[in-house]
Amino acid sequence: MDFGSINPVVLIASLMVAATPILLAAIGELVVEKAGVLNLGVEGMMIVGAVAGFAIAVTTQNPYLGMIGAIVAGALVSLLFAILTQVLMANQVASGLALTLFGLGLSALVGQSYVGIVPPRTPKIDMGFLSELPVVGRIVFSHDILVYISLLIIAATWYWLNKTRGGRVLRAVGENHDSAHALGYKVKRVRILAIMFGGACAGLGGAYLSLVRVPQWTEGMTAGAGWIALALVVFASWRPWRVLAGAYLFGGIMVLQLNLQAAGFRIPVEYLSMSPYLITIVVLVIMSSSRGRTSMSAPGSLGRSFHAAG
Amino acid sequence: MKRRTLLSSSALALGLAATMGTSALAADPLTVGFIYVGPVGDFGWTTAHDVARLAAVEHFGDAIETVFVESVPEGADSGRVMTQMALSGADMIFATSFGYGPEINAVAQRFPDVAFEHATGYLQEAPNVSLYNARFYEGRAVIGHIAGRMTESNVVGYIASFPIPEVIMGINAAYLAAHAANPEVDFRVVWAYSWFDPAQEAAAAEALIEQGADIIMQHTDSTAPLTVAQQHDALAFGQASDMSSFAPDVHLTAIEDNWAPYYIDRIQARLDGTWTADNVWLGIPEGEVALSPFSDRIPADVQDEANAMIAGIADGSFHPFTGPINRQDGTAWLAEGETASDGDLLSMGFYVEGMNGEIPN
Repeated sequence: MDFGSINPVVLIASLMVAATPILLAAIGELVVEKAGVLNLGVEGMMIVGAVAGFAIAVTTQNPYLGMIGAIVAGALVSLLFAILTQVLMANQVASGLALTLFGLGLSALVGQSYVGIVPPRTPKIDMGFLSELPVVGRIVFSHDILVYISLLIIAATWYWLNKTRGGRVLRAVGENHDSAHALGYKVKRVRILAIMFGGACAGLGGAYLSLVRVPQWTEGMTAGAGWIALALVVFASWRPWRVLAGAYLFGGIMVLQLNLQAAGFRIPVEYLSMSPYLITIVVLVIMSSSRGRTSMSAPGSLGRSFHAAG
Repeated sequence: MKRRTLLSSSALALGLAATMGTSALAADPLTVGFIYVGPVGDFGWTTAHDVARLAAVEHFGDAIETVFVESVPEGADSGRVMTQMALSGADMIFATSFGYGPEINAVAQRFPDVAFEHATGYLQEAPNVSLYNARFYEGRAVIGHIAGRMTESNVVGYIASFPIPEVIMGINAAYLAAHAANPEVDFRVVWAYSWFDPAQEAAAAEALIEQGADIIMQHTDSTAPLTVAQQHDALAFGQASDMSSFAPDVHLTAIEDNWAPYYIDRIQARLDGTWTADNVWLGIPEGEVALSPFSDRIPADVQDEANAMIAGIADGSFHPFTGPINRQDGTAWLAEGETASDGDLLSMGFYVEGMNGEIPN
């Protein structure tokens, strides 16, 4: 029963792993919301990615093909949402919730024959002597490839959103779709592409759960990770690096509280477990005032349907 | 347009409910509803209930018709699902989670002709609510003994769900048996605050192994802890169903829930019109709790001891809670030779002496 029994190096290494699924899903959703679309179907897209990635990895015995398959599957189900909300002008909140329910049901159906199977192992990247270094070796140089890819996606998203023309167009569409439309940008095309990117990331996050984190297929295995990812985007006030910080914070809280419990500490588990949601509620409250909303930099057209009038 | 759709769909729903009501009055076949807290494919708790449902279907053939709703959250949602089931003509409803209690009793009062069966519950506020439970602690005592005999680090990791009597009783039963077999044993309990969250359960198992546990027990429903145990070559026990396919090298045995005999018995009573509310608690003697075939990794002498324990429980000569047992704070609970009453067990809110840590509120 001492702090000494918790190894901070192992703790940090495992929080990075624990955070990766929500990190991937959240960075995808960030781009979607930056384009002015609120897709509440993250949980559904994640679990479809989880089952698709698992099925393909088991069939081909190659975890990387599974991950690619999960990306494609996530993008495909998100396309459903894109068609509903961008072409048929359906309500985004209702469509997103429907997508979650659909994804949970579809994945259960597809996954029936994959229950109880062990997927091919996803190897950790062998970095030779780097992985042997004390402290940094375990924290930085001994993960599987998706941990690094998720960090790359964060950096690339930040760069793309802030430093490139395409990113600025996407933000313009999200801030004020009427103005963007008047300037000649294809609002719907941008949004559909953003939604598909979000689906791809969520799918990959799901596959990380079923192929690396857990690794097995179980119905409903995302168990709310998609909702945490959604909360995370708001918590991060739509900034990529804050998504990273937030994901590692949420992942860190989870891993730390489990480790503290395992080491025999009496800690208020129930409060720690609800803390991601509590933080998000606080952020939402701040956001609900117009001044708070500006300071949080919520995209101006978030959740509003766009109908080109003339 | 929207309003019209709404009106016509609700009219349809009403009509549907009405026709279903009459068909139920025709009383052929008996409609039996099941409400599950997890997915039927969880390979644990809910799977065990669904296996029993299918056994009942097989047994009764055309005489019954079953419906089930899976992944129903505890709380208000479960009440809506039960109401819907009752309205759709269910004659009997099995609700299979502890947290459905208040809703079952509320709904049961509104549908006095429907027979309600609540698993692991304790509230009985209507004459048509029956309670049934299994003495899982009997199985936990057996795996506790195996764990106590087999641990080398003397640290046993225990992934618990919620701090309710059912779970606390399981921890105590396992600890008492483990401690009797190995006085050096230490239990580390992690509360996951979920019945089913594979990622969280996997992380909990990792944390426990990191803290030196070489045997993992779980009172959560997913197979994730076993997969983690397999990766780290720690030993583990399955929950509710035989989970050896997930961890073929480290799965020692599992506490299996066998609800089929009870379900068949109760549905038969409902068919015969002899169903009355009851409150039963069956276990190893009746076959409702069973242990999966032992893995070869359990040494032969330990297997013999475990089998002797099972035989003792079955013939009533051994009770996992036999005094002298003190509470964690040192106060006396059971005197020499005294066995715990069911009431004590069902309201258990304390650890026994020797356990470390505190139970969260």
